[in-house]
Parts: sequence; C-alpha cells; structure tokens
Amino acid sequence: MSPLLQVCDLTTHLFTVEGVVKAVEGLSFDLDADETLALVGESGCGKSMTALSLMGLVPDPPGRIVGGQVLLGDRDLLQLSEHEMQKIRGNEIAMVFQEPMTSLNPVFTVGDQIVESVLTHRQVSRRQARERAVELLDLVRIPDPRGRFDDYPHRLSGGMRQRVMIAMALACDPDVLIADEPTTALDVTIQAQVLDLLGELQGEFGMGVILITHDLGVVAGIADRVVVMYAGRKVEEAPVDDIFASPLHPYTQGLLGSMPRPGLEERLREIPGVIPSLIDMTPGCSFAPRCAKAMARCREEQPDHATIGDARVVACFAAEEEVAGRGLAVDT
Amino acid sequence: MALLSIRDLMAHFETPRGTVYAVDGVNLDIGSGETVGLVGESGCGKSTLGKAILRLIEPNFGSIVLDSVDITHLKRRQLARHRHKVQMIFQDPYASLNPRATVGRIIEEPLMVNGWGSDRERKERVAWLLEKVGLPTDSLKRHPHEYSGGQRQRIGIARAIALNPKIVICDEAVSALDVSIRAQIINLLTDLRDELGLSYLFISHDLSVVEHIADRVCVMYLGKIVEIAERERLWAMPLHPYTQILMAAVPVLDPKIARERKKIIPRDELPSPLNPPGGCRFHTRCPYAQPKCRDEEPPLRPLQGRQSVACHLVTEQADGSIAYPTMAAEAAPKNDVRGAPA
Ligand SMILES: Nc1ncnc2c1ncn2[C@@H]1O[C@H](COP(=O)(O)OP(=O)(O)OP(=O)(O)O)[C@@H](O)[C@H]1O
Ligand SMILES: Nc1ncnc2c1ncn2[C@@H]1O[C@H](COP(=O)(O)OP(=O)(O)OP(=O)(O)O)[C@@H](O)[C@H]1O
Ligand code: SF4
Ligand SMILES: [Mg+2]
Ligand SMILES: [Mg+2]
Repeated sequence: MSPLLQVCDLTTHLFTVEGVVKAVEGLSFDLDADETLALVGESGCGKSMTALSLMGLVPDPPGRIVGGQVLLGDRDLLQLSEHEMQKIRGNEIAMVFQEPMTSLNPVFTVGDQIVESVLTHRQVSRRQARERAVELLDLVRIPDPRGRFDDYPHRLSGGMRQRVMIAMALACDPDVLIADEPTTALDVTIQAQVLDLLGELQGEFGMGVILITHDLGVVAGIADRVVVMYAGRKVEEAPVDDIFASPLHPYTQGLLGSMPRPGLEERLREIPGVIPSLIDMTPGCSFAPRCAKAMARCREEQPDHATIGDARVVACFAAEEEVAGRGLAVDT
Repeated sequence: MALLSIRDLMAHFETPRGTVYAVDGVNLDIGSGETVGLVGESGCGKSTLGKAILRLIEPNFGSIVLDSVDITHLKRRQLARHRHKVQMIFQDPYASLNPRATVGRIIEEPLMVNGWGSDRERKERVAWLLEKVGLPTDSLKRHPHEYSGGQRQRIGIARAIALNPKIVICDEAVSALDVSIRAQIINLLTDLRDELGLSYLFISHDLSVVEHIADRVCVMYLGKIVEIAERERLWAMPLHPYTQILMAAVPVLDPKIARERKKIIPRDELPSPLNPPGGCRFHTRCPYAQPKCRDEEPPLRPLQGRQSVACHLVTEQADGSIAYPTMAAEAAPKNDVRGAPA
C-alpha cells in the first residue's frame, strides 16, 4: 500500500535582505494513514516552514518552495493552483497552529467560527452546521458544548482554545492533520489532556497525524515514528522505540542526553555551542561544529541519508561507521 | 534560622473584575545554600510570590524576613540596603535586557547603582563575571541582540550575581531556551550555586528540571502551597492529589512506559483565582473529593520526614504510616493504609 502522504526532497527558502535562509533542505518522509509522525528539532530548524509548505501557506515574500514534491494520493500539491489548494486545505489536510489566540478571531464566538469553517467546506444548511459544531466541541471534550458555543475566545482557557482549534481542524474529517506545537503554551496537565485527545481522535478517525514539537518528551507517549531535523534537514528517522532506545545521530543522542532524568544526580550532558544560522551554512554536516564525533570528512562533505535495516534512516558519517562496525547493513 | 522566611504572605490584585487572590497565605523557609523548587500551573501565583519577596509587588499581608531582617515594611531607602541580597532571573532573556545598552554596561549597572567599588574595581568585577558565566571577554562592547537566547540568559545571570546575592529567584529561567541549550544553563546555575554558596528559589513548570536541581519542592495551587517535601520524598511518594496528577502528566522519555502508564487526568481546568473555590481549592478537579472538601479548607499540616500537605484525606496513622488517596496501588508503600475510595 502506498503511503497517504509522500514528501520528496522538499526545499523551501526564504529570500531575505540578510541572505537566503535555507529553512527546509531536501526533506523527505512518508506518512501512512493511521500513523502519528513526530517532527522534532530545535527552534528555527524549519519545522513550521515544513508544515506551511505542505499546506501551501509559505509566506511569499520572502518564502518560496524551490523544489520537491508533496504527493497526496497521486496529486502533487506543489503543482496545484491556489484555488485548487483551497479545496484541499481543511478538507484533506488540516492544521492546528502553535498559538491559538492568534488564529481564533476575538470578535466572533467560538461556535460561529466553527460553523464558518464547516460551511466553507460543506454544502449544508446553517442549522446543520451548527449541530455539527456542537458535535465537534463535544468530540474534543469541551464540557457543556452548547453553553460554550456562544463564548468568545478570551473567555476560554488556553487548553480549551487549543481544543477549539482542533475541533475546527477536524470539521471536515481531514485525512492528514498537522499539529504545530499544539501543547507548547500549555501547562503539563493540560498538555497531557490535549495530547491524549489527539491520540484518541487519531485512532477514531484513522487520520495521518504530523505532530511538530521541539520536546522529545512529548513524542514518547504519542508518536509511532520520529523524524529529527537539524538546520533544515532530516538527520534521523526511526520508529519511536528505536529513537529512544538507540539514537544513531549525535544530535539525537545529545538531545536525549541533555534531558534531566530521574535518579541522575550528576551534571547534565551539554550539547556545546549554539544553534546554527541557516543563512551562512558551512560546507559539510551542519552539526559538525557542535559534534563530539566530527571527523575531517564531516567538515567537508554533507553526509547522505543512509538506510539502516528496513525502518531507520540517518545522515551521519560517524553513525554509518558505527552501524557498519556492528555488522548491520547500511544502504546509502 | 532560615535565610529567608515567609509567613502568611498574601498578594492580591484589585482589578475591574474583582480581587485576584494571586498569593493567598504562603509560608516558606529557604535555608542558606538550599535550592527550593516552586511548581504549579500557569496563573497559580508563582511569579507573584517571587516578585513579592523582592517587594516588586507589595504584599497585602504577612511577613518576609531576609537574613534576620524583617523587610516587609521597610521604606524604599532602607530596603535598598538589603535588596542586593535577593536577585531575580527572568524567563524572557529578550525582554529583561535593555537593548540599547552594551553587555558591559548591563552587568555593571547594579554595581553602579549600589555604589560598589571604584571604576576600576567595577571593570574588574565585570570581567570576572563574564568569565564566570562563560561569555567571551569581547562581549563588553556588544549588544544583547547580537546574542542567542542561551547567551542572553548568561548575561542576565551575570547581572543577577554581580552584587553577591545570597538568594536568587529564578523565574522560569530556562523555560524559553531550546532543549539543546537548556542543559548548558542548568549546569551553569548549579556550578554557581556550589561555588558561591547561593540559595535558589527555582520557579518552573517543568518538573523534570526541578527534580534535577531542587533540594526541596513546593507545589502551589491557586495561590496556596498544597505540598512541600524534600525532593526524593516527593517523587517517591507524592501525597496531595494535585501533586500526583502533576507528576503523572510529566512526559517520560521512555515510549514503553509512556504508553502503558495509567494517566490520572483531572476533570476540568484550573478555576479562576478571581473566585477561588471554597473549602479545598482543588476540590473541583480532585478525583477523590469528599463532601468535607467542599466545606472546609484543609490546612498545610506537617507530617514526619519534612513533608507538609494540605489535604483532608492525608492522615498520619497511630503507627506512623501515612494514609493518602491514590489510584496506583503499586505506587503506595505496603505499610500505608489507603483510606480513600477511588
Ligand atoms: N518570515 C520569515 N522571514 C525570514 N526568515 C524566517 C521567516 N520565518 C521563518 N524564518 C526563518 O526560517 C527558519 C525556519 O523557521 P521555522 O519557523 O520553520 O522554525 P521552527 O523549526 O518551526 O522553529 P520553532 O521551534 O522556533 O517554531 C528559521 O531560521 C527562521 O528564522
Ligand atoms: N499585575 C496584575 N494585575 C492583576 N492580576 C495579576 C497581575 N499579575 C498577575 N495577576 C494574576 O495573578 C495570578 C497569578 O499570576 P502569576 O503571574 O503569579 O502566575 P504564575 O504562577 O507565575 O503563572 P505562569 O506559570 O503563567 O508564569 C494570575 O491569575 C494572574 O492573571
Ligand atoms: S482535600 Fe479533598 S478535594 Fe482537596 S485534594 Fe484532598 S481529597 Fe482532593
Ligand atoms: Mg515553529
Ligand atoms: Mg510566572
């Protein structure tokens, strides 16, 4: 069975006065129906730009998708006109944005906003749309959905607003749901509620979900597969258990190592250095300046994606050597 | 005698919509060299408590005794003589640094304001501070915007320790930093603590960071402390239902455990501090609430082992064991009597 969504070599650049920001560079991944894929990586590594590229919402100027394909079924979304994309957005791919307050309109009630989003995508009467909106509020576990229907966004807590955003995204049973940091602004208990909800809805609707986060801890409970990005590129991809049990890329290893863990008293392991600029990219591996395993070759050549076993991908010379040393098949 | 001793502290805000009971009767001691973690949900009053200790917000009631001096009612001029003993590091390294000043100027400013040393001594001190926080010496003439978030937080830390404080209030000091940078700053904070003998009040919503850094942890809910305990003890046996829920919600770094663990998810969301529920403030979300919890406010009661809890259902038994409400049977020590219905 072919995947629900196939992203091949996606490349998105931002043409700014300071120079060209290579926000997404040759990114490829597949998403199956019924699967939650986590896209993780540090601030500014291109996660949101990836999401906006899939949605056809890259801000232009300064941004432009300069290469690649985004295949949904047999259509390449990057070849569609804006008019055609409008029909895809919401119906087939929907997105929950990071900051719910900026994406909800403060002067309309949450109910009316969901009704609007149902009406733009479906040929139904206002009354039917209203019923559907109440249904959706209930679906995302908003207590007293009929009462909440007439509330303005500022009357809702952060967690409820985020759930309203999810309700709007689900208005038309999308096949793919992209959630960009859906819980970053929320408290831990509310974060747990929203993540649980996403997990349940994913199962109920059989959607493919792309969950974007900078926090590996969030990933463990909800993701099936993980794509780790660094400076616009995919540096590692693996099933969630493998990422945590045996991370291959030094950046993934560093990320996991730098998280405080219960029972470990000693100093945290640091990743030295700073987050790289996406404008003046050095040749070679972009993690090399911070990497303890960097060799001369890493500073000259960009490592390709090597496939390891049947489910893992890593872009790192040192990791390739280590894996080959363990007698596993490496396919570059 | 504790270095910092807070009694019955209240800080309320009058707003057009009514009184916000942001901090509503807090007792807390911090010892010399001790790190106390302060956790709780957004809006529960953590920052207000921190600012009230510094008297950036005037408390409405209660007392703050710092290094044996009651500073609660000191006039501004007298307060200035004690101010240097407590400093604060804020969450947002962008907003808290003057963008027009040079880094050298930013770090030197508290020294100048307090008439510390001669011009030359101050310059030497600034150079020493830069080195301590791991910033390159050519930083003096540069501006904050030339630095990344983590480096900016280093500037904020250098400024906070410039006057040799005894206690530093870190308000979400690492929360805005990227995971890969966060460890650097946490290590810097622990190094400075060990080297300079600092005490920290470490405010954070990230329990795993607090577990790493704190000796003792306070859990706050709607303006009140609901549980205080030594770190190991709190993690081994969280007694208050809210603490249990908070801990169960923390993401774990192991997918197998994460998938299997039973989550206790609260029924609803944080009520407003404008109109806190009567009785136990947690009763609207508490899975164990009894009629009594609605009517009567549980006091924060000390138990053995330096653990204090404010919950009607937590009781010390005659044999010294503790009865407390819990859902996870295996989490409770064997000798404990579990009194509450699930
Ligand atoms: N409108 C813009 N103009 C110029 N550069 C931009 C713009 N939007 C984003 N960028 C840059 O593009 C890069 C990728 O940004 P993106 O928002 O995708 O990062 P991200 O991984 O989502 O980060 P975060 O975790 O902080 O949300 C960053 O370096 C960012 O500075
Ligand atoms: N200046 C103010 N005027 C009115 N209300 C305020 C003021 N400052 C804070 N509050 C309110 O007091 C309560 C406690 O706020 P505080 O900032 O102390 O919470 P917090 O625990 O630090 O939350 P967070 O984790 O979001 O930083 C909140 O309800 C807040 O809205
Ligand atoms: S006192 Fe009652 S309502 Fe409050 S936490 Fe304990 S059991 Fe829950
Ligand atoms: Mg983003
Ligand atoms: Mg705060």
